[in-house]
Amino acid sequence: MNNNNFILKTLTTALLILAHFVSGAGAMDVETIIQKANNAAYYAGDDGRAEIKMEITDSQNRTRIRKFVILRKDEKDGGNQMFYVYFQRPSDVRKMSFMVHKNTKKDDDRWLYLPALDLVKRIAASDKRTSFVGSHFYYEDVSGRSLNDDAHTLIETTDKHYVVNNTPKDPGSVEFSSFKVWIDKKTFLPVKAVYLDKQQKAYREVEALETKEIGGYPTVTKSRVKDLLSGGETVSEFTNVSYNIGLKTNLFSERYLRKPPKQIRK
Amino acid sequence: MKSIQFIQISFLLIIGLYQNGITASALQDKMLDEYGIDVIGFTEARQGWRLQNTPHQKDISISELRLQMEITGEWDLATINFKGDFYGDLVDESINADVRSLNVLVSPFGFMDIRGGRQMLTWGTGDLLFINDFFPKDWVSFFTGRDDEYLKAPSDALRISVYTPIFNTELIYVPMVNSSVYIDGARLSYWNRFQNKISGSNYILHNENRDNFPDDGEFAGRLYRNMGSMETSIYGFYGFWKTPEGFNPSSGKLIYPRLSAGGASVRAPIFGGIGNMEGGYYYSSDNTDGDNPIIRNSEVRFLAGFEREISSNLTAGIQYYGEWMQDYDEYLKLNSSLPNDEFRQLITLRLRKLLLNQNLILSFFTYYSPSDNDAYIRPKVKYKVTDAIALELGVNIFVGEHQHTFFAQFEDNNNAYGSLRWSF
Repeated sequence: MNNNNFILKTLTTALLILAHFVSGAGAMDVETIIQKANNAAYYAGDDGRAEIKMEITDSQNRTRIRKFVILRKDEKDGGNQMFYVYFQRPSDVRKMSFMVHKNTKKDDDRWLYLPALDLVKRIAASDKRTSFVGSHFYYEDVSGRSLNDDAHTLIETTDKHYVVNNTPKDPGSVEFSSFKVWIDKKTFLPVKAVYLDKQQKAYREVEALETKEIGGYPTVTKSRVKDLLSGGETVSEFTNVSYNIGLKTNLFSERYLRKPPKQIRK
Repeated sequence: MKSIQFIQISFLLIIGLYQNGITASALQDKMLDEYGIDVIGFTEARQGWRLQNTPHQKDISISELRLQMEITGEWDLATINFKGDFYGDLVDESINADVRSLNVLVSPFGFMDIRGGRQMLTWGTGDLLFINDFFPKDWVSFFTGRDDEYLKAPSDALRISVYTPIFNTELIYVPMVNSSVYIDGARLSYWNRFQNKISGSNYILHNENRDNFPDDGEFAGRLYRNMGSMETSIYGFYGFWKTPEGFNPSSGKLIYPRLSAGGASVRAPIFGGIGNMEGGYYYSSDNTDGDNPIIRNSEVRFLAGFEREISSNLTAGIQYYGEWMQDYDEYLKLNSSLPNDEFRQLITLRLRKLLLNQNLILSFFTYYSPSDNDAYIRPKVKYKVTDAIALELGVNIFVGEHQHTFFAQFEDNNNAYGSLRWSF
């Protein structure tokens, strides 16, 4: 009797452990996946620097170039961040600097410095789904979309990817009805996203074209946004990327808007 | 005819330069990468006409071909910046070379920046309204449709900025006052108080320059800090009115009377946009009691503004501004004919719409004064044909009930202009 009892107890415990193990490894919780993806895509290192070149091609094949340097510092992973953007091309915006204090709990604070007028302009918070510097990238593609803005469902797990579907909690605030993201299982970098419009038709696609490991952080170094309806696209290339370079918080202040910091140079 | 030819020549010149643009870009990269010297600039043709026949003025309101070059050298010890404009002007029939900046920036300590030399200076929270910004403006450029950049005129100044964790300080010393470019009749007509009618180049106002060192020096200071998302500043100024607000009967010339001022401003996100408030007290110390008829009285100025995006790529901004003249009773006794109001008010409206991947910019800015019942309307369209070439069209319209009020006096200067700019 005692013996049987012992065997039963052992079996039950073993089963429970097994069940726990299976659920933990096989089916990672979707919230964990998107959190890891968000951190991999937007919070690599404590700070970072990159030079970005965007080539914008419109539906009639005319191209325009944007070049700028971005400095970034995180308060903590998944939390508030500060960005400093120094424009190099085209010539008419060269030497302008743009600063964003990204706030996860309230509107971002943004400033633009126009050196020709020595003017520090405060920029009103805008629709985050409008074009960034005239490209096909939106502000949100550059600085990240809040995870709380969508409901997330893991719809598929392939050999290489987690496929997550995202539905906006406030459908009136965005132009899409949902978007699907492919997240690399190893690096947790989102490598592709397809947006469906209100008629459930795919109209916008963001794709990582090249990924490199830089300073221990997997990094998307080339990406593309396609406007599937009009045919225009923007290809964005990241060069001279570095992480954990010791950027100080006070660098993201009015002082350095007027006087671009050394770190914007190579 | 002359101006048509001028446009043709300008156009050819810009196209010619553009064809060499690829070379220019490679040269710029080489200068920056190898020597740390950043070279940028533009050439531009700008042409404008008056929209009415104006006695004592030409039909063209602006007609110029301009080259601007900016060279910045950055080294560990210092940054040197030069910006100069070279332009020919058919209205003045002159060729000019203006140095817009030539200054050295050093940071002797981690908490201090010093910039000395000719430079642009701006502070305050108003949008095309200035209360605590006592730095020179060029109103002729603004009213004739030059690029917004030219509203600001340079100062020859020493600017010392000190940054501490509690607050930041900026101190500006101008050894010899730099005045604003005001409307003197030469290029733009104005209400002539001496003749009680509108005058142009038949009655050009002259002023006595302030050019004594060190007596004609100026000091401006600002203390500021951010509290969360809110920016707060307090300001002080000891110098002179930036436009000649006085008259010397013995010389028959306008003068720049002494002015001291203090003020404060706040700017913060509110209601999904940006709100700002600013105020200042102008102490006209050469006319402390308002009993001097030929020097402007002291006044209180304030403004409140709000700007937000009202739909995708459309931003709207509105401001309310007031100038409250002090010692008005004294003023009235001395200025019985066509006196200014005790309380001049302005409302401004800005609308800005971006279209065609932000390459087409429609902007509208207007000043309306309910107290003077006059207005200044400046709509503008800018199209970036390519990354290097931009076209601009705009008009400057002044309307009002009485000819002597601030904006209405310029009604003979209504103009339309266009420009073609190649940036490199």
